Amino acid sequence: MTARRGRRFVRRLTDRISSKPPEEEETTWQTIQLVRHPERPYTLDYIDRLFSDFEELHGDRSHGDDAAIVAGIARYGRGAVAVIGHQKGRDAQDRVFRNFGMPGPEGYRKGMRVMGIAERLGLPVLTLIDTPGAFPGAEAEKRGQGVAIAASMRTMLRLDVPVIAVVIGEGSSGGALALGVADRVLMLENATYSVISPEGAAAILWRDAAKAPLAAAAFKPTAANCYRWGVTDVVVPEPAGGAHADPDEAARLLDGYLHRSLRDLAALEPAERRRVRRERYRRIGAHRELALGDGATMITPPRSSNSDGATAEPAKEKTD
Amino acid sequence: MARVHISIDRLRGKPRDRPPRGVSGEGETCPKCGTHFRAEELVRNARVCTSCSHHFAATARQRLDALADGGEWSEPWTDLRAGDPLRFSDLESYTSRVAKAEAKTDGSGEALSVARLEIQGHPAIAAAMDFGFLGGSMGSVVGEKLARASERAAESGLPLVVITASGGARMQEGILALMQMARSVVAYETMADAHLPVIVVLGHPTTGGVWASFAALGDVTYAEPGALIAFSGPRVIEQTTREKLPDDFGRAETQLANGQIDAVVDRRELPHRIGRVLAILERPRGLEAPPAFVWAQERAQWAAQTLPTLPKRLADRIRGDDGAQG
Repeated sequence: MTARRGRRFVRRLTDRISSKPPEEEETTWQTIQLVRHPERPYTLDYIDRLFSDFEELHGDRSHGDDAAIVAGIARYGRGAVAVIGHQKGRDAQDRVFRNFGMPGPEGYRKGMRVMGIAERLGLPVLTLIDTPGAFPGAEAEKRGQGVAIAASMRTMLRLDVPVIAVVIGEGSSGGALALGVADRVLMLENATYSVISPEGAAAILWRDAAKAPLAAAAFKPTAANCYRWGVTDVVVPEPAGGAHADPDEAARLLDGYLHRSLRDLAALEPAERRRVRRERYRRIGAHRELALGDGATMITPPRSSNSDGATAEPAKEKTD
Repeated sequence: MARVHISIDRLRGKPRDRPPRGVSGEGETCPKCGTHFRAEELVRNARVCTSCSHHFAATARQRLDALADGGEWSEPWTDLRAGDPLRFSDLESYTSRVAKAEAKTDGSGEALSVARLEIQGHPAIAAAMDFGFLGGSMGSVVGEKLARASERAAESGLPLVVITASGGARMQEGILALMQMARSVVAYETMADAHLPVIVVLGHPTTGGVWASFAALGDVTYAEPGALIAFSGPRVIEQTTREKLPDDFGRAETQLANGQIDAVVDRRELPHRIGRVLAILERPRGLEAPPAFVWAQERAQWAAQTLPTLPKRLADRIRGDDGAQG
């Protein structure tokens, strides 16, 4: 296959995948295994490939530096961006150093600090989401895990600069969403995004951690479903076999969508971006109003102009 | 506003006529000190033990009653019900769980009730959670009601008071439940835009995604005595890290010492404490002169009144430093 034909093939493929929800060819559990593949690219792997230069910044300026979150400023194309992402470790030692990608409050506060830099200097913010959840520990609680996650969402909601979030791996619980409040939310084809990990859900709802595959299927945390429910805006295709099979190609595919999203967002006024971002999260959810007829009003969030049939009409607001 | 409820205080004169709303015939025993209460007795004391101050669990409407302290209030949006986008089923289907929980709520229909009420004479929009409704979990309806409550408060120029009691996001609504965390923060942004305060009261328990979103972002944050306040509950922490946690882990008193909340407040004291904050913040709006103008006026006033009373040498020195002020 020539390079040109290859490119055309990829473009056709990406058009197909981005314009309608991809087929669920694999079972959810296979996706879970894929997203946890030991060779799957992590935040720093994408940073290496997407940016020509990256300066990592450290510390939250009040307690310490959390290695489970990587943050810094980077050269992207002819511009610059601020990057914040969860970071997992590759070998045993590194995994412990990165705390398995589970940040404490210091990590989120470091993120907010870098968002502050981005806001002052006018850099778009890019977040990469890949975590089994925020770290559950007594020390993290003491230093304000809950407050840090909440404040991070609030900070992202208020930014004047464009904000893009990409779910590159596991997006589990508030620990993921803390970096996920954005103008555009992209999600890799084999990534997962869920309220809780399958194991956690199995232990709580089925009272049996071994029921994780069952829980995973029930939660439907796949990219296709997140797109259908309006939680994400774009499904970014991965190379055949998954991102780990060809990290360079995975980064290249992401690069295209990232570039386009940034260009689209840069065209909007800051106040308009903020308003639309807020509106997006104001409407997200699914409820019924009995007075309007049972099941008549499923609210799903609005989508940007290239909307398809996945979006229902917003419900009429009742005045009591 | 569809329904009007008469608060318990109206019934105080004739307590035996009928029990306060939401009260079954049977009494309850305090788990801490063993005192036995008749149901209506307990409700009249805001469901706090009269001998040891143990805070019993309370429904959303009981909490709102205690906050209104005798006033009437009405509850809008009782017709909102959860959707089931995942068609979720674990040991039991989500729709069946919701139906069972709904039957117990006395009409409010979900884990959050909103009211317009007066707290010690100060009008406010209040939202209270019901731990009895699927663990007070936050699904789409809770998010939607909270957003509407803040919009109503902002339109009316009223403060928002939020009382939490929740295990966190409602797992059965999957990723959309997680998204309600962000939605609840949007609700607070509506209040911030209107320069209106949000006062949060953390009931037992306030954990998970609720603590990590709107519960943690109040302008003033109180907690009820003994309330568990944590992102990860003790069981999850002990299972994950094998840490042995102290008994007071995450309790309101511990979180006060940790700097996570402003005060631990007895439920019976809440109307008074919140009323005081509202009184401080309730100021005439739109009447303020530009600060610079007020400042110059105050200086002139001070100079006119005070300078003549000062020793001449000091007054001269001030006049000299201050140009034409004297």
